Amino acid sequence: MPILTLQALTVHGVGPVDLTVGPGEVAGLTGPSGAGKTLLLRAVADLVPHGGEALLDGVPATAMPAHRWRAQVGWLPAESPWWHDTVGEHFTPCPGVDFTVLGLPAAAGAWQVSRLSTGEKQRLALLRLLCRGPAALLLDEPTSGLDATATRRVEHHVREYLAARQAPVIWVSHDQEQLARVADTIYILEGGALAPLSRPRHESAREGTWRP
Amino acid sequence: MAAVNIIDLTPLDLALAAVLVLALAATSTWLRLGLGRQLIVSGIRTAVQLLLVGLLLKVVFDADRLLWVALMAGVMLAVAGREVMRRQRRRFAGPWGYALGTVSMFISAFSVTVLALVAVVGTHPWWEPQYAIPLLGMMLGNTMNGVALALDRLTAAAWDRRDVIEARLALGETPVQATAGMRREAVRVGLTPIINAMAAAGIVSLPGMMTGQILAGAPPWTAVKYQVLIMFMIAGGTGFATLAAVALGTRRLFDARERLRLERLSHG
Repeated sequence: MPILTLQALTVHGVGPVDLTVGPGEVAGLTGPSGAGKTLLLRAVADLVPHGGEALLDGVPATAMPAHRWRAQVGWLPAESPWWHDTVGEHFTPCPGVDFTVLGLPAAAGAWQVSRLSTGEKQRLALLRLLCRGPAALLLDEPTSGLDATATRRVEHHVREYLAARQAPVIWVSHDQEQLARVADTIYILEGGALAPLSRPRHESAREGTWRP
Repeated sequence: MAAVNIIDLTPLDLALAAVLVLALAATSTWLRLGLGRQLIVSGIRTAVQLLLVGLLLKVVFDADRLLWVALMAGVMLAVAGREVMRRQRRRFAGPWGYALGTVSMFISAFSVTVLALVAVVGTHPWWEPQYAIPLLGMMLGNTMNGVALALDRLTAAAWDRRDVIEARLALGETPVQATAGMRREAVRVGLTPIINAMAAAGIVSLPGMMTGQILAGAPPWTAVKYQVLIMFMIAGGTGFATLAAVALGTRRLFDARERLRLERLSHG
């Protein structure tokens, strides 16, 4: 049962941040633009030099090679870049991935990356991350640029993933309504400090209103 | 190599050739191309630098001592290293900017030149200045180009495509995997000039060294053999120097925790 723990994490004026996210839990993270939410996720993914420690199941990131740590704590940037010509080439480590779960055609693998819309890129980037099976998720605005239906699909799919894997999730969003739907606890990052914004929300909110 | 029937050039002959450059400079001024001054300055630099090198080579050849040859090789390497650094838009900050190219060239150009002198040409002593210095000069001139082009491409690609590198790292790739495409591209760019030169040698152009030897009275067959030797040396030297520079440069782009550290590049 993976538990993601941040111990006195500091990065460029943010922190020290202490946070524990239990198995299958979603910690919603909001805050004004420029507060350092993305920076905090990048620090957890060990992509920037930082103080303090991030641990998964009590094992610190520094106890393993950085690439192994990052494979476990899957970071989804707000805008995911693409580097091969076709979508399918990005999914080489996960053959047989089902694109339809996020409302994309089954043949999306043959698509040219240059022709993808912002929303398609967003959903495909999430699939690209999830198909590698990370034990925890760091999601940075995973539904920005998506319409309401696609947003609910993504929320539902992430919820299914964490239910199956018991993955702890840090979900960054400006949309507090969304965080109220998906998060167990909402935190606000402001002035470099992390504070809980709400009490753990009511369990019924987890079910949401969307049905696939 | 017996120099037979060499027609020595007088200062007047060189002055006549200089008229060509002057005429070109005048034409460019007339056409307002803004190149007149540059042409004249470059022309003067060519004459002065080569005359000085001629004098220096005479001293080194006459002295016939390893120390002098080593000193001259060191100066050539130092200048080549500076040139590699100067040609990069986003060079590594601090001493690394200079050291990366210089170390790569030192490892490759020097070892290939020594190998050629000892195993192929078989000079006695192996550092015979008349052979060692021109061979090393040609090696350094070409490896310098390859290393400068490759490092420039590598650092520019890392800068421009940092989001791609970080996204790939975030998916659990190692720095070597995350930069595979750009490293290949950097090596390809560094090696393209010598590959083109080898493919075109003798058909499109008669290489400069061979032409020089023939003009100096060497039999064409001897000149050709030396040219093939130097082409192969340059290819090997440039190739390994470029590979070394790209490998060292990639290492320097990341820290011990496999993070992309672009602040290690100057913001040129």
